[in-house]
Amino acid sequence: MSIQPIQIIVVLFSLFAISRVFLRYKDKKLTINQFIFWCIIWAGLITLTLFPKLTSPLSRILGVGRGSDIFIYLGIALLFYIVFRIYVKTEEQDQNITKLVRELAKKKK
Amino acid sequence: MKKLFVVIPAYNEEKSISYVIKDLKKSNYNNIIVVDDGSKDKTFDIAEREKVKVLKHIINLGQGAALKTAIDYAIDKGAEIIVTFDADGQHRVQDIGKMIKPVMKREFDIVLGSRFLKKNRNTPFIRKVFLKGGAIIIFLMYGIRLTDSHNGLRAMSRKAAQKIEITSNGMEHASEILEQIKKKRLKYKEVPVNIRYTDYSIKRGQSTLNSFKILFKMIIKWLTR
Repeated sequence: MSIQPIQIIVVLFSLFAISRVFLRYKDKKLTINQFIFWCIIWAGLITLTLFPKLTSPLSRILGVGRGSDIFIYLGIALLFYIVFRIYVKTEEQDQNITKLVRELAKKKK
Repeated sequence: MKKLFVVIPAYNEEKSISYVIKDLKKSNYNNIIVVDDGSKDKTFDIAEREKVKVLKHIINLGQGAALKTAIDYAIDKGAEIIVTFDADGQHRVQDIGKMIKPVMKREFDIVLGSRFLKKNRNTPFIRKVFLKGGAIIIFLMYGIRLTDSHNGLRAMSRKAAQKIEITSNGMEHASEILEQIKKKRLKYKEVPVNIRYTDYSIKRGQSTLNSFKILFKMIIKWLTR
């Protein structure tokens, strides 16, 4: 198995991310649970990057051609969902700001 | 005589607001509420100088929000009839009389101004196309048949003002009001009015591109409610 440049980049980036997670944990910005969660995510990414074959059983179960495609599909779905959540959230904030501004307008004088 | 309020949402209208208020007062419409929607110019000061009630949004929210603030305030002050009027001087004060009559007689809950009901040659062609297109979309979306889809001149009863819920901050409120008319089963009528198309009011009006933005927002709103 030859290592491709992209794998090196992803691994290096993941290591960088883990170092950041560790620093945040040391600053007590993250709880132990959050620390473990993010470590598993990034360590998982490193493992799957170096051993892409590991995803084959999963791709067979789900009926997706290549294991790595699953992540693309799930990634896009997740992003869509997050965008939706953010949209709803900003809409809520808009309404709250409107309420505030309106009350202020009525209160003055 | 019923208690009548004229409400004017205004955003950066320092050039026209004073004229609009004076014109209204000349015809004895003295209960005037201006909502300055976070203007960056002197709209607020100029309006206050005319001795009318001016409410100020500390930030710009959009015409729909300003209109709702004004209507809420008018309701609080015991308004029995509310007239919405644009700040850019495109409406004629003379048109108010025939707008409020059907509401005063309790024949209709809300009266909408229409620039297309009578023969009218002064509407610029491209604007006409978009307003008519808007009317068709309104008909398809809400089932309300109108000749003019987005006219800022309206007269409504207190009851109608209380029932109509404006949640859109931006220009979509005009469509939202129509949707509410349908939903709350308000009795509505169109009355012919004249629009003064000056260079100023055209510049301050909605751009053609904006109508697409408004439509897009309406669709998003419709999808996510």
